[in-house]
Amino acid sequence: MAGYISAFFIGGVICVIGQLLMDGTKLTPAHVLVLFVTAGVVLTAIGVYEPLVKFGGAGATIPLPGFGYSLAKGAMEGVKEDGLLGAFIGGVRATSGGITAAVVFGYLMAVLFNPKTKP
Amino acid sequence: MAKRNQTTENKKYQEYVEKNAPKPNYLKNCIWAFLIGGLISTFGQFVHNQIESRMGLSHLDATNATILVMIFLGALLTGLGVYDLIGKRAGAGSIVPITGFANSIVSPAMEFKREGFIFGVAGRMFSLAGPVLVYGITSSVIVGIIYYLIG
Amino acid sequence: MAVKKIGSQTVKLLNPPSIIATASLVGPKEGQGPLGNYFDKVLEDDLFGEDSWEKAESKMLREAVSTVISRADLKNVDIDYLFGGDLLNQLMSTSFAARDLQIPLFGLYGACSTMSEALGLSAMVIDGGFADLCIATTASHFSTAERQFRYPLELGNQRPLTSQWTVTGAGAALLGKHKEGPYITHCTTGKVIDYGIVDANNMGAAMAPAAADTIGRHFDDTNTLPEEYDLIITGDLGRYGRDIASDLLKTKGYQVIKNFTDCGIEIFDPKKQDTHAGGSGCGCSAVVFSGYLFKLLKEKSLNKILLVSTGALFSPTSAQQGESIPCIAHAVTIESKKMN
Repeated sequence: MAGYISAFFIGGVICVIGQLLMDGTKLTPAHVLVLFVTAGVVLTAIGVYEPLVKFGGAGATIPLPGFGYSLAKGAMEGVKEDGLLGAFIGGVRATSGGITAAVVFGYLMAVLFNPKTKP
Repeated sequence: MAKRNQTTENKKYQEYVEKNAPKPNYLKNCIWAFLIGGLISTFGQFVHNQIESRMGLSHLDATNATILVMIFLGALLTGLGVYDLIGKRAGAGSIVPITGFANSIVSPAMEFKREGFIFGVAGRMFSLAGPVLVYGITSSVIVGIIYYLIG
Repeated sequence: MAVKKIGSQTVKLLNPPSIIATASLVGPKEGQGPLGNYFDKVLEDDLFGEDSWEKAESKMLREAVSTVISRADLKNVDIDYLFGGDLLNQLMSTSFAARDLQIPLFGLYGACSTMSEALGLSAMVIDGGFADLCIATTASHFSTAERQFRYPLELGNQRPLTSQWTVTGAGAALLGKHKEGPYITHCTTGKVIDYGIVDANNMGAAMAPAAADTIGRHFDDTNTLPEEYDLIITGDLGRYGRDIASDLLKTKGYQVIKNFTDCGIEIFDPKKQDTHAGGSGCGCSAVVFSGYLFKLLKEKSLNKILLVSTGALFSPTSAQQGESIPCIAHAVTIESKKMN
């Protein structure tokens, strides 16, 4: 149960930061997403995001900084295993499932469904 | 052009507009973002726990499988026309989770179907999500190189 | 010396052409709005039986023109010129509709200012003796405008409070020499005004200076005062833009309070319909004029109005390159009785 509460809390807080950025500045959702994924990479590199994942679980991996976390962690582990080449293959290797799912499910849904006008 | 050679009259007008513009309801928006973002994350945690215990996957594999499931659900809800209705209230609460990433892929792809399956659907799929991949992957490579150099 | 020009930007029509008939079609959401009952046709489905929204928009414009022609018991060949435009690149809706209508076309791009631009030009061409019958028309569609200027429909983003809702609708007005009013008596052509607003989600603020400039110029040129008009109605400034325009007019020495409103404010109910600042798009002033104002002029509950359609002349390219938004407003005076 504690795991759910910390996931709710961390996930919620990350989204609130995003909301404040969108409401308080002229940043569009696309800007916020790019900023968040990059922030996830940087925070992981300096060792700040890992404890957040340990504490928040899905609350830290489901929001977009979690994608940056997987990329950065993959790249660093890749370096450990394969040296410099690992910097290039590690990140995408670690996130390949998510990227492939986005492409395949994205394409599938786009083919199956049609957009509806806003009510 | 107006951006670079601003006259004082223009600047005064922009300040006046800025001052009189309606302000978003920060509190209400943040509460919605917190609740929906928290709920999506909690649901992700639930999926994660189920996968981990029932399928006997390792923690890391279960995390990856959860991402897959969430992307599928985000894409499906977009297709069904539900995700934009959630987003209207939730704002960042449904944009920032990985389901929002899926939403940003499916929505333009679907919208441009009339332009064909190559340039329309496939070409537009990453018009919003592409930058996320570009900056995410590029920065991770930079992190990897730095790690290699100092590690 | 131009005999019909008065002041710096206004034309006084010596034999004011009359507006013989109008037609209006709107989408389902506009049909549920406060003016819903005034429109000739409310679509049940905003695809209008077509397979793309662009084609639906074009069909609406074609239907509006056909309706107005049949209403006056005329045929397409009787019409001398069609003055029209829309928001889509290269005037897709208007050109495609005119391909079927086979009426000589002057394609206009004035963004959302197109309706009063088309009305003004039609009136001038008729008064100048170049035509007997002209149609002014324009259309816009929420879904085509969203995908061209903003985001995909199913994207879960939030719309800022200053944002406006593009009206799905088409309006057409048939002008000619006719005994009965209402008549177009003056038109004031606007200049492009840009006060450096960059935010495409705050069109009202971008367009308000252009509207105030044209309205102020109109009063100067015609030597009239705001209170001589039953209604001064802008195209799509929305509620925030209307307030700004009213402030700007005050600095020019004109008090417009009670009789100053905006088509974008009138067409939607912001509380029930979640349209934020109000309606926008070429279709906004087109359907409010063709559907609502024309009927009030015809039954003489309005006798003299100033219709000021307002347009933001930006493109997706200029917006992405961070350029500010150049805007324009055109005014036409419409009176139910001939003054001279």
